[in-house]
Amino acid sequence: MVHEETAYESLVHAHGDEGHWVFGTGFDDPLAGVDTSVPPGVDRADLGAYCLMLGDDALVLSQRLTEWITRAPELEEEVAIGNIALDLLGQARLLLARAGSVGELGRSRSLATGSVPDEDALAYFRDADEFRCTPLVEEPDGDFAHAMVRLLVASSFRLAVLARLRGSRDPVVAAIAAKGVNELTYHRDHAARWVLRLGDGTDESHRRAQRAVDAIWPLTAQLFTATGVERRLVAAGVAVDPSSVRDEVRRVLAEVLARGTLTAPPEPPDAEPAGRSGEHGPALTELLSTLQGLARRHPASTW
Amino acid sequence: MPAPTPDRPPAPDETALQEHFEATIAAEHRIEPRDWMPEGYRRTLVRQIAQHAHSEIIGMQPEGDWLLAAPSLRRKAILLAKVQDEAGHGLYLYSATETLGADRADLTDKLIEGRQKYSSIFNYPTLSYADVGVIGWLVDGAAICNQVPLCRSSYGPYARAMIRICKEESFHQRQGYELLMTMMRGTEEQRAMVQDAVDRWWWPSLMMFGPPDADSPNTAQSMAWGIKRHTNDELRQRFVDMTVPQAQFLGVALPDPELAWDADAGHWRFGAVDWDEFKRVISGQGPMNDVRIARRRAARDDNAWVTEAASAYARKHAVREAAA
Repeated sequence: MVHEETAYESLVHAHGDEGHWVFGTGFDDPLAGVDTSVPPGVDRADLGAYCLMLGDDALVLSQRLTEWITRAPELEEEVAIGNIALDLLGQARLLLARAGSVGELGRSRSLATGSVPDEDALAYFRDADEFRCTPLVEEPDGDFAHAMVRLLVASSFRLAVLARLRGSRDPVVAAIAAKGVNELTYHRDHAARWVLRLGDGTDESHRRAQRAVDAIWPLTAQLFTATGVERRLVAAGVAVDPSSVRDEVRRVLAEVLARGTLTAPPEPPDAEPAGRSGEHGPALTELLSTLQGLARRHPASTW
Repeated sequence: MPAPTPDRPPAPDETALQEHFEATIAAEHRIEPRDWMPEGYRRTLVRQIAQHAHSEIIGMQPEGDWLLAAPSLRRKAILLAKVQDEAGHGLYLYSATETLGADRADLTDKLIEGRQKYSSIFNYPTLSYADVGVIGWLVDGAAICNQVPLCRSSYGPYARAMIRICKEESFHQRQGYELLMTMMRGTEEQRAMVQDAVDRWWWPSLMMFGPPDADSPNTAQSMAWGIKRHTNDELRQRFVDMTVPQAQFLGVALPDPELAWDADAGHWRFGAVDWDEFKRVISGQGPMNDVRIARRRAARDDNAWVTEAASAYARKHAVREAAA
């Protein structure tokens, strides 16, 4: 243990960086040192679109979780939600940077000035119809039960997908997935613990948790339907077919719900993955206007 | 705030304990939770540490207001990590008060009911993204000046919490300054945002050191107890001396026409702080007092059902495990 007096001296005479950077806050290119060449036989546009799907899910859910900061039930929960939001933001940055590196920038690059990095051009200068996230991550949280049930469903799905993506032929996607699996294991565990406590807590918490489950289940209708991009990339050894994780995800959710004395609603019939091709409700537009407003008012600025 | 009431004279069997306590302080050793301590020492520490904890938690709000709108993903990550650190600081500090017999929920109630204070600086609004940088540079900078000496506080758990907190705060300060450097290298509009933020935060930052020594009733006793190490005015001067060259390097003007270098004394002399404003803000009439407390109250009240659920779940499962 550091002696108090020594620490005091080191603070008074502090110099140099002491390695306190939290992941995702560094100044470096997030893909520095990783081979970013596209494997042979992989379509660059498909790879870019796929990275946007994975990245936008993470970015939008991170933003929804961040809405809880200063509003969470306990200080421990402020810290935990902050951690999870930071992890997802870190994943989003890597995935958006990957999409940019293979040229998937769409209209955003012409709106953002040259000094804006690709990850920011994509996050701040695309409109809702260019976002490829799934409806599950878009809706605002009514209460803490909604936040935790949604996190449980979203992290169960994402963990199942990323676990398989560790073997992706794209080295960048594989590296992002390998890092993300550890993070998502914690996210899912955290959410599951809360769903148990809320489901099997008081009458009121049970009622709210069941209401959240009932509201969120229909939002999973698009989750397990593959897009054309995904089907082509599955054939190329890059992507995961979301329908292949359905059983695993449903099994995990059924177990948590049962232990939390909650009832799983009937599974919604599979729907076309409209969110993945840019069709979204008003919730996403509203979220983006908050996220993007300042950056768009100063398109020539660097921060 | 009332001064701590003088301790009643120790009972005969406490005389030896009191002597041991005073010898520990005189030798610059630490008082630990299980050691005997005078009631006034305990009460003063709880008040000071709780006020510090409340400041960390309320202090999440002014910058937290920019979390959703941060203008780049990197800035969002930096700010999110910082606000999360502040929640962590609040946790360590409330834990330190618990080693003195206080209860976090009770202290939170006192904050919400206005019976305990927090740093008045957080009652000002954050009007532009430059405020995030200026808070890091000036507000965290002032906090570090206040807090580094507390790493040598006579109370062990507080001193140890302060070491970790100061390391993180000094990191936040550098991040804030780095944001301002970036903005000053940016557009004319960005430079104007930085200057405007400095104009608004400079004087409130000087108020963070508390009232002038002549008007600081608790200082003498706290210094005698080793809870406080320097007077308010000493720390304020140290902060000004440290900050003026940083402002010059940054290229911003500090809004004080009387600011001048005193070569003989080796200090920057500065103008009079508006202590009436300080008193208004600390007594609840700052621009954001009501908003800050309302947010904290809502976090407690709107989520009370969550806390109740967690307790009910723990009780049920304790019973089931005992029965199994």
